[in-house]
Amino acid sequence: MHPAYSVIFFTTASGAGYGLLALMGVLNAGGYLPVDRWFGLTGFILSLGLITLGLLSSTFHLGHPERSWRALMQWRSSWLSREGVIAVLTYVPAGLFALGWVILEQTTGIWMIMGVFAAIGAAITVYCTSMIYASLKAIPAWTHELVSPIYLVLGLATGGLILDVLLKVYGKPISGLSVLCLMALIVGLVLKLKYWKTIDKTPPATGLASATGLGGIGKVRVLDKPHTSENYLQQEMGYRVARKHAEKLRRIAAVALFIVPIILVSLTLVAPALAIIASVLAFLTAALGVVTERWLFFAEAKHVVMTYYEG
Amino acid sequence: MTSLPESTESKLGLVIDLDICVGCHACAVNCKEWNTSGYHAPLTDVDPYGADPSGVWFNRIHTYEVESASGDSQTVYFPRSCLHCEDAPCVTVCPTGASYKRTEDGIVLVDEDWCIGCKLCSWSCPYGAREYDAQEGVMKKCTLCIDKIYNENLPEESRQPACVSTCPANARHFGDLGDPSSEVSQMVKARGGYDLMPEQATKPVNKYLPPRARQTELANISNNAKLEDASPEGGFLGWLDKVLSD
Ligand code: SF4
Ligand code: SF4
Ligand code: SF4
Repeated sequence: MHPAYSVIFFTTASGAGYGLLALMGVLNAGGYLPVDRWFGLTGFILSLGLITLGLLSSTFHLGHPERSWRALMQWRSSWLSREGVIAVLTYVPAGLFALGWVILEQTTGIWMIMGVFAAIGAAITVYCTSMIYASLKAIPAWTHELVSPIYLVLGLATGGLILDVLLKVYGKPISGLSVLCLMALIVGLVLKLKYWKTIDKTPPATGLASATGLGGIGKVRVLDKPHTSENYLQQEMGYRVARKHAEKLRRIAAVALFIVPIILVSLTLVAPALAIIASVLAFLTAALGVVTERWLFFAEAKHVVMTYYEG
Repeated sequence: MTSLPESTESKLGLVIDLDICVGCHACAVNCKEWNTSGYHAPLTDVDPYGADPSGVWFNRIHTYEVESASGDSQTVYFPRSCLHCEDAPCVTVCPTGASYKRTEDGIVLVDEDWCIGCKLCSWSCPYGAREYDAQEGVMKKCTLCIDKIYNENLPEESRQPACVSTCPANARHFGDLGDPSSEVSQMVKARGGYDLMPEQATKPVNKYLPPRARQTELANISNNAKLEDASPEGGFLGWLDKVLSD
């Protein structure tokens, strides 16, 4: 599939933003976070900022961005629509949570409950985002059962790394959060490796035999193309660069998204003097890594329609 | 509404005979010609006379070679267009309701005025039947020529999809595949018509008829008609042959 930059930015930025928002809601409910106006403000600017920029960028690749509100209408059948609806609904508790924390400096009672609702909304939104892709049977690699868990755990890990930096900068580090980030990264690595392994060894269910129905007669191969230059299908779904360099890119993604951040976050636990710089670096490499991972998720995936063109 | 109808009153669709198609592309061209001024007008072309032309077409003709176990090979022309699936994933993924399946005849359509151009429906179609119009920012697809098949200004025999009307080989047939007694259903039954990519579980309405089994034994021409001997021996003809040959 052609990896559109707006969609890569949308899924990674909103994933991290929702991860951060959810952790703020949950950790606040546990009473772990400083009830500081400026800490809250930074957290909300980052989380709601990433979410909003992500959602806006997802409308950039639309043919008619001015009509995008209509995407909220078909939540009964469409995951894209569900994602839009939950994303919009989540702004309500998230906004109230932010209002209580930043303006009123209140993070308990009803404000705390708003934080929990925001966290639930965040998790459901990221799940819906993943299901937009996971529900497309025509792109077999995306229907793998680990796609949704990976989206969720990566949102948690990247959002957690941002919160980890914030807490360290505010001088209120929570080692439990660093451990949580470590766990999310390790789980993410295991799931991603398993995902890559299974998609590599799963034989394609669709070939020219079933695509043309001529398999019963014999071996089918492409003799001539239907048109001389590329059409929309080939431009949108015939992306092959990534499959060629998949091995190298996977290694880059695994190292930048998981291995280096795991080492750096561990370092912050044992060497507090290096905590700020190590956690900042951990977030930056993870950000680079998650973009590579998401780029690969799109670019590596083969759409079955390409069978008609490439066999 | 992008939930699919439970059932449709009829199932209009095409039956494409791969035994007969000669790969002339006339169906694709006539489709373009009709539809560029029809429901989805225009079917935009970009750089049509330049080095890298592209544009919206609803019908694409592929060419395959099939080699049997005995090493016998044959060329099969394969027209590909929307199959108006019963379980059309392109309909359910649409977030706006622009993509829908009609209850009356099962035709799958895009309402351009509602489409936001998210392209998700084209991602969900296993058959590549939807082509995005980048200039208009909306998705376009085969309409089964709704503006032709129901058009009372046209003579009865012209109320067929453009690709069917034009096929010079009569490889394309149009009708109600939901009615077992219809001509198309009978044809599917008699010839073993089949679905493309059944593993995708989209339940296509359109069916394809397989190439007929090939004749493997050569007709023995020499046995059929015995020709007279060109150099007869004896008799009047023998004498004549001899005289004229000298
Ligand atoms: S062929 Fe593709 S576009 Fe047509 S109904 Fe089926 S899934 Fe939808
Ligand atoms: S491109 Fe248009 S028709 Fe297709 S899913 Fe998006 S809104 Fe619906
Ligand atoms: S017009 Fe008929 S013969 Fe020509 S390519 Fe189309 S289906 Fe085949």
